[in-house]
Amino acid sequence: MLVALFGMAANAQEKKNRNAKYSTEVNGNCDQCKKRIEKAALSVPGVKSAVWDMETRQLSLIVNEEKTSLESVENAIAKVGHDAGDKKATASDYENLHSCCKYDRKP
Amino acid sequence: MRLLLSALLLMVALSLSAQDTLQTVKVQSNSRSLKKSLSVTANTTVMTSKELLKAACCNLAESFETNPSIDVNFSDALTGTKQVRMLGLTSPYLMITEENIPSVRGASQAYGLTFTPGTWIESIQITKGAGSVVNGYESISGQINTELLKPANDIPFFLNVYGSTDARFEINTHLNHKLSDKWATSLFVHGNSRLVKNDMNDDGFLDNPIGNQINVMNRWQYTNAEKGWVGFVNFRFMNDEKQTGEIDYLPSRDKFNGQIWGSEINTKRYDLATKIGYVFPDMPFQSIGFQNALTYHDQDSYFGFRRYDIAQTSYYSNLIFSSIISNTMHKFATGLNFAYDNYQESVFGADLGRADNSIGGFFEYTYDNTDNFSLVAGIRADNHNRLGAFITPRLHMRYNPWKDAAIRLSGGRGKRAANIFAENQQIFAGNRAIDWGAGFKGPYGMKPEIAWNYGLSFNQKFFIFGKPADAGFDLYRTDFQNQVYVDWYASGNAVGFYNLTGKSYVNSVQVDFNYEVVKHLNLRSAYKYYDTFTEYSLESAERPLTPRHRFFTNLEYATHILEKGQRWKFDATWNWTGTQSLPNTAIAIPERSPAFSVVNAQVTRTFSSVLEVYVGGENLTNYKQKNPILGADDPFGQNFDASVVYAPIFGQMFYAGLRFKIK
Repeated sequence: MLVALFGMAANAQEKKNRNAKYSTEVNGNCDQCKKRIEKAALSVPGVKSAVWDMETRQLSLIVNEEKTSLESVENAIAKVGHDAGDKKATASDYENLHSCCKYDRKP
Repeated sequence: MRLLLSALLLMVALSLSAQDTLQTVKVQSNSRSLKKSLSVTANTTVMTSKELLKAACCNLAESFETNPSIDVNFSDALTGTKQVRMLGLTSPYLMITEENIPSVRGASQAYGLTFTPGTWIESIQITKGAGSVVNGYESISGQINTELLKPANDIPFFLNVYGSTDARFEINTHLNHKLSDKWATSLFVHGNSRLVKNDMNDDGFLDNPIGNQINVMNRWQYTNAEKGWVGFVNFRFMNDEKQTGEIDYLPSRDKFNGQIWGSEINTKRYDLATKIGYVFPDMPFQSIGFQNALTYHDQDSYFGFRRYDIAQTSYYSNLIFSSIISNTMHKFATGLNFAYDNYQESVFGADLGRADNSIGGFFEYTYDNTDNFSLVAGIRADNHNRLGAFITPRLHMRYNPWKDAAIRLSGGRGKRAANIFAENQQIFAGNRAIDWGAGFKGPYGMKPEIAWNYGLSFNQKFFIFGKPADAGFDLYRTDFQNQVYVDWYASGNAVGFYNLTGKSYVNSVQVDFNYEVVKHLNLRSAYKYYDTFTEYSLESAERPLTPRHRFFTNLEYATHILEKGQRWKFDATWNWTGTQSLPNTAIAIPERSPAFSVVNAQVTRTFSSVLEVYVGGENLTNYKQKNPILGADDPFGQNFDASVVYAPIFGQMFYAGLRFKIK
């Protein structure tokens, strides 16, 4: 199953899908987080759409793979203080968040 | 779940067509029945079907009585027609659409709002100011869009019965059937009638017309969420008959014989509308919408000896492509409109038939920084056989300066051809001579009406003693470059239509305050000020029958919902209307009307999710305009005039009804 998934992802990457859909977990807890997360994602050239769901903490993305990758988007989000996928925000970026946005960090 | 979600998404995407930011106000099923979002670009209020339940009855014209943005007035003392106004301007200056297809325009301007039964309505979006360019160039002071119930999420059976002490009865039946996971259909049947003649003020004339209406609609909806398709087909037939005038009038005996004065207004309407929407499955932000509507509207009427017939055949088509520029912060909608209107109009036997056609293209750009600023900039270019070639620009901006606050700015241009008779049918309710200027040529010989509208509004949400409240104000100005004004001042024995030669404007101010006093008790209040000015042929004056000051308060209280849905709901509205300038009349009346108040109240008892009963009263303080019909003793004489109506004619009215639902 996992292999099949990886295989598909690899396949998609070869084709360079211009409307590739991804979903990744981003940690956050309020409306302010939502704005910040979506803004950070959309600031990456090649990200066409970014919608973060507060309850499921899933960020749904549509990206142009010719221009960017899920990894770069996650990095951009981590930079504004939110742990995204396996990219962790630095302690100082996390500390810079507004008090209501200080989500519980996973170890 | 995923499928359901995307189906939902698709529905939202389609019903909003392209005006993403202008009209995207998600209708959620929370308790507020009147909503104003702080993150929407235009000054838009959404009325849900819950709000409509507060009014006595039962059609679109009557559904705004609990809404401060829209004023409801009577147009004359005979037809009982309610007329809506926004920012001080009557409905011809609004764009009234049904699911984004222009519905009340041309021939249907006077009575069109009474041809949509209230129970069919899912929600109403009211936008103040310029509005979107997507649906056309005609709107000047605002847009009212009605969304009807969708077959895909309607309940299998609905029944509503209503009766009132002014002898009006209504019945509404909705049937819904889901044929497959893709196809669903609804059948709406509406009937209303008033059989009993009422003359509460003893002037020998009916206070309300007697008559009946049959209104049938069949809708089909196709939804294929996986492939991204949604489609609608609507068929509709409406027949409305009204008789008014003297109590003893019998059409078969008295028509055109000059003894007893009477009037009949009979309207038939056929509608066919289709809508196709496609959302690219890989790109939910990209869609194509294609709407087509074919309408035949036929009104045959006479008022004493005055005959007025109008038939309009219309075709409207709108193709919209919406997508993004690099990402969803930059959206756009672009497309084409085509409209054709053939009017067969006969005024006192004079043929005023004409055909209008227009073709236009539009581009609307929406920027949203996903945080505190958004902008919608639209432009359209049209070519119209009578209005010529012209450009219509419109702009809306929204900024949230701090938490829970929104500032909005808007501006834009509107242009339209006035249908002077269809829009002002109260001129037939009397024997005033009709003067349409010396330079009569072509249909009416009137120049196009052109106006600019500018608006600024501010809203702030906050808490008082821990309960949510909001307050705000808006300022609007409508400046006419040209207007076809109706001159009621030049003579008491005539009414004239002229091209504006001087200035004409309307300034409006509205201040709102809403507060949830305690849980389940909501207060809504608004004060409105209109400063209207027109240079009429002989004098400069404010618009007749337009109050300078109005005050509105609505209180609603609901008990907590019990297990089976049992609940009591109470609702009361107080409307205070200030003095109004009155037309010049042959029989002397004061220059201004007195100020007055009208109080309406309603109690609803929900027994379960199946059954609901309501009773209510309108005009509880029994305020009545004295002598609404001037010269009533000699209706064929020169002084007869039923057009000067500033207050209710019928006094206190009580009603009761029930709603039965099978889910």
